[in-house]
Amino acid sequence: MIRQLTTGELTVALIASYLWRGLAYGLVIGLAGVGLSLTYDLLDFANFAHGDYITISAFVGWGVAYLVAGFGQFSPGSLLFLGVGGTVYPQDVGISVTAAPVAILVGLIIAALVGALLAVALDSAVYKSMRGAGNITLLIASVGVAFVLRYAAVFLFTQQTFGLTADSWSYEIGLPGGAVRITSASLLLIIVALVMMIAIHLLLTRTKLGKAMRAMGANQQLARVTGIPSEKIVRRTWLIGGALAGIAGFMIALLQGTINYQIGWTLLLLVFAGVIMGGIGSVYGAIVGGILVGLITRVSLIWIPASFTEATGFAVMILILLTRPAGIFGGDAT
Amino acid sequence: MSVPEDPVADRLPDSLAVYWESDVVKIGATLAAVYLLYVVAGFLLGYGLSGQLNSLRRLTFLIVLYSIGALVVNLHWGYSGLFNIGVVGFMAVGVYTTTILTRPVAGQTPTGTLPGLGLPLPIAIVGGVLAAALVGYVAALPSLRLRDDYFAIVTLAFAEIIRITAKASELQEFTVFGTTLGTGGGRGIRTFPNPVNQFFEGTGAPVVDAVSGTVDGSLVAGWAFVLVLTGVLVCVLWMIVRLAGSPFGRVLKGIRDDEEATTALAKDTNSFKIRAFIIGSGILGFLGIIWQGSQGYISPGLFVPQLTFFIWIAVIIGGAGSNTGSIIGSILFVGTIYLGPGYVRRLIEEFVSLSGRAATFPDALAALAGGDVSGILLYTLDQTSALRVVLTGVLLIWLLKRRPDGLFGNRREMASSIDVESRVRDRQSSDATTGGEE
Repeated sequence: MIRQLTTGELTVALIASYLWRGLAYGLVIGLAGVGLSLTYDLLDFANFAHGDYITISAFVGWGVAYLVAGFGQFSPGSLLFLGVGGTVYPQDVGISVTAAPVAILVGLIIAALVGALLAVALDSAVYKSMRGAGNITLLIASVGVAFVLRYAAVFLFTQQTFGLTADSWSYEIGLPGGAVRITSASLLLIIVALVMMIAIHLLLTRTKLGKAMRAMGANQQLARVTGIPSEKIVRRTWLIGGALAGIAGFMIALLQGTINYQIGWTLLLLVFAGVIMGGIGSVYGAIVGGILVGLITRVSLIWIPASFTEATGFAVMILILLTRPAGIFGGDAT
Repeated sequence: MSVPEDPVADRLPDSLAVYWESDVVKIGATLAAVYLLYVVAGFLLGYGLSGQLNSLRRLTFLIVLYSIGALVVNLHWGYSGLFNIGVVGFMAVGVYTTTILTRPVAGQTPTGTLPGLGLPLPIAIVGGVLAAALVGYVAALPSLRLRDDYFAIVTLAFAEIIRITAKASELQEFTVFGTTLGTGGGRGIRTFPNPVNQFFEGTGAPVVDAVSGTVDGSLVAGWAFVLVLTGVLVCVLWMIVRLAGSPFGRVLKGIRDDEEATTALAKDTNSFKIRAFIIGSGILGFLGIIWQGSQGYISPGLFVPQLTFFIWIAVIIGGAGSNTGSIIGSILFVGTIYLGPGYVRRLIEEFVSLSGRAATFPDALAALAGGDVSGILLYTLDQTSALRVVLTGVLLIWLLKRRPDGLFGNRREMASSIDVESRVRDRQSSDATTGGEE
């Protein structure tokens, strides 16, 4: 690395831009990881459908954002389905963070709502009757749920990859050897992520629900004995986790500028990596782990070709599982 | 342990239920029922003899390959309790290694195709199987002390790393020690010629000529290959049955039921698990070679995690822990969910005349709003490949909720060679009837 720095192959600007992109990507992974970590801890199973909660809510959220931005100019059907089949293009709608902030915000809120409702609905339809069925049985069931959701998205939106946003404002910070480009999308992402994190922190520490969630995470039997309504808490946990997954889905689509039916599945293993790194059941761990995974996958570009970006994340996760299965911070911290 | 319940045996008259006990009859009857279904479907679609034979060939081809995969998953999960959801990864290692080993060396290839090491196919197949087994060893060695759900995530991540590696443009073509080779990257790579096809193009050509008057000549090689694959399936089944009945297999079942107790009997459980995992991985490597490898062309897109779960659902349909169940599950999976929707679509298109066109879902909705049902129907028919996976998911959830032991009830084989559990049960029930007098 030092050799690369001195020969000028690697500039400060390049490292800074890797770090910035890693941070933005990591925040998305962290947001998505909170829900996964909480349900993994409370219900003791790895929810493989979590990635597809992200996909579905991102699609619906963006459909609504398009509807708001292009209402009256194009047919609502085409807008809601992101112009599938080439009926509407992002340039036509002219949607971006700066050009249509209201549409983006409405879409974001809808994505959160859809994620929350989806998580709760699927819990009562599938997982609720299977409580205590064993972690592997639940894991396989969640794979079934993932299939249904992902290919329902294919059924509605086909396997097309949609471009989402038109060009928008960005700011360049000059550094030795180049510049770091800060887009409005990544700025919005960081603001949203910070707000959500403060909200989660307040929820966990200041509210009765948060206290009950932490008690459930620490010892379910004891929590039940003290009169905490466990099913109700589980439902609310799904609600919060699903909403965060929805927000993460909307934001990752905004950040990448594209969406397809695999957007959540591609993210899922990296989310797992973050959750395991931070220690299952720990909300703060999930966020920190997510940011670490984001940074690792982007900074590794210095040494490892871009084709292997995701592979690096997976390899790091395997290493963490083998060396520190309780997470790098040593387990349950909430 | 619940009393095994079998929906078929419960409905059969007693005189026939006796025959249903036999595993061969069970597999034969299921296969015959599925065959009959496809012959009827082919008849309704107006297939000729060649068409019928080809439709059955495709059905059998997939059933045999899924069965081999299901047997391995059953060896890992049903016998040893190893939750491996990285099945495609090992298949990819096997077929990619064999392909790279067989590709002609640089300079002898037709232009535009990738060079390789130019080894003969049999050696390359051994190389592919060994490579898959080696990767299995690397994957299993450190992961065995993990919880089973962590192990699952590790195997899935492993398979994805393998797929990403095969897709990487850096490895598309590279030179080491003066030898140029490569994986083909995202564009894929042409595999080795199928020796069965070669036989019927050369020495076996008279056979093809002899039948070409009545049926399509290409069917000869196709069916011959399916028969070879069936032979492979029988070998794999025989090997696994032998393995499961041996002291080695009994230790595996012991690990599945109670690892601590098995360790207490001075068995090195980790070593047993690793060996079982390696054997399975090697077979999966071979499966990749005879499955994707035999199709003439491979690309990383063939080795997506979806295929792993398709094999898993075949095992779950049949009931984990039973080889017969795995094969029956594969027959039912391929016959209904995998190939079924395509036939249903063709049948509907044959007998229901639909006009109009709906390219996208909003179009179909708009047509529906206008009172036209055919739009949504046409769109649904176009999307059968997506609906097939949705159906798989729904079935998976339903099975786990309603019939977690598979369609045919609990068929788990016991770890001990004598039925200890039933003795314990008998003693408990006799204690209960005597009122526990001491």
